[in-house]
Amino acid sequence: MTQVLGNKHMTATPATRVLGVVALVAVLLMALLGLVVSPADVVQGQAVRMLYLHVPSIWIAYGAFVVTSLSSALFLVRSSRRPDGGRHYDRLAGSAAEVGVVFTGITLATGMLWGRVTWGTYWQWDARLTTTVLLFVTYLGYLALRRLPADPRTRGRRAAVMALISFVNVPIVHFSVDWWRTLHQKASLSVGRRPEITGEMYWTLLYSTLAVTIVAIWLIVHRYRVIRLEEMRDEEALEALIASRLKEDDVQA
Amino acid sequence: MLREALLVARKDLRVEWRSKVTLGHVAPLALLILVVFAFAFDANARLLELGAGGLYWVAVLFGGTLLIQRAFDVETEDGNFDAFRMSAIGAPSLFLGKSLGIFLQVVLLEMVLVPGIALLYNVRIENWVLLLSAAVGGTLAFSVCGVLWGAMAAGLRVRATLLPLLLVPVLAPVLLAGSRAFETALGVRAEAGWTWTSLMFVIAAVHTAIGLGTFGFLLEEG
Repeated sequence: MTQVLGNKHMTATPATRVLGVVALVAVLLMALLGLVVSPADVVQGQAVRMLYLHVPSIWIAYGAFVVTSLSSALFLVRSSRRPDGGRHYDRLAGSAAEVGVVFTGITLATGMLWGRVTWGTYWQWDARLTTTVLLFVTYLGYLALRRLPADPRTRGRRAAVMALISFVNVPIVHFSVDWWRTLHQKASLSVGRRPEITGEMYWTLLYSTLAVTIVAIWLIVHRYRVIRLEEMRDEEALEALIASRLKEDDVQA
Repeated sequence: MLREALLVARKDLRVEWRSKVTLGHVAPLALLILVVFAFAFDANARLLELGAGGLYWVAVLFGGTLLIQRAFDVETEDGNFDAFRMSAIGAPSLFLGKSLGIFLQVVLLEMVLVPGIALLYNVRIENWVLLLSAAVGGTLAFSVCGVLWGAMAAGLRVRATLLPLLLVPVLAPVLLAGSRAFETALGVRAEAGWTWTSLMFVIAAVHTAIGLGTFGFLLEEG
């Protein structure tokens, strides 16, 4: 692949290397704040530290799925007008969805561990837990659709429509805790509402959201470039195949 | 647009009438599912009565998924979508027509399943209006979602496994709402059955709007 793609085989640039270092430092500081500086909760005890990863993860997942939906909409609307057939938007949608799925998985894993300590069980048929796992499976299906062997434009259009429909599930997941009053505690951070936590815990949670966001952006940039490299590899391989076939025909003639 | 949609639905129903797949294969399978659930619950009459609403909708989901699969296999195997593209029938009409065709076939399936749960699970229907409204709302939501996702998986080699994976998470709210509404109609749970029924109509309306706007993109090739 390196030979085929020449100098474009790298997924990193000086800018993303700097971003990677910033992400690493941010995560280390997040660990320090979450595990050492921030106090244990009166009710939840040490388990509260899990929330510093759990809450930002689901916010990042929501954000990533928003990016997927917007990119998919732009892909559908602008693909015919762009020289690359809108593949830039398709790649962005795919890379954001992958990162969204990873962070939804982290949310579920940390939530289950937190639930074991706080509720005494890994799983409860709570509305938000259930809808989050459905969201997770929905986007796993989206990624499965993107991986299918089909014409890239046809597959891109179908994936884009699926992303738009799947996005309808995101607000259902987030606001389900308000719609159905169940076991899950209210959202710790919410726009337009007084936060449930205060002081060092509040600032640690805010900072953790920032740190995890930087990590997510770094991941999306790299996944975007890997997808582009895969496309270039496939195109180059196809062109090489056509050229060798034409050569065979010339020899026979 | 409605006239074209009716043409498409009539074509699908004629294919179904000739093949008798819904009544001959899918409805017996759905009834069999109700019987198998009784095995799973060790024929516990109380448990079956409590879960009748949910089990009904699970049977609809299994049976309906087969109908959706078939509705699109019929089109892709003979390249019918190319014919649709060349005809004057627009994508929104095609979406509405296929949805109507699936809706009527699933209604037929449910006409077998309602007596099925009444007899096998020994439940008494206490609110017929709610039960019928919930059945219509749930079936509408199922049909429009099913047609959208059916088109998404159409023509792909792995469609048989892909369609349920894509469809079930999206239909989960319909299953939840349908189960709750049925439980109220069957008198096993005093809950807001009409609110759940309304939710199914809302889901159907949202997906109809999305389908009308995006179905054309799903049919385009290359």
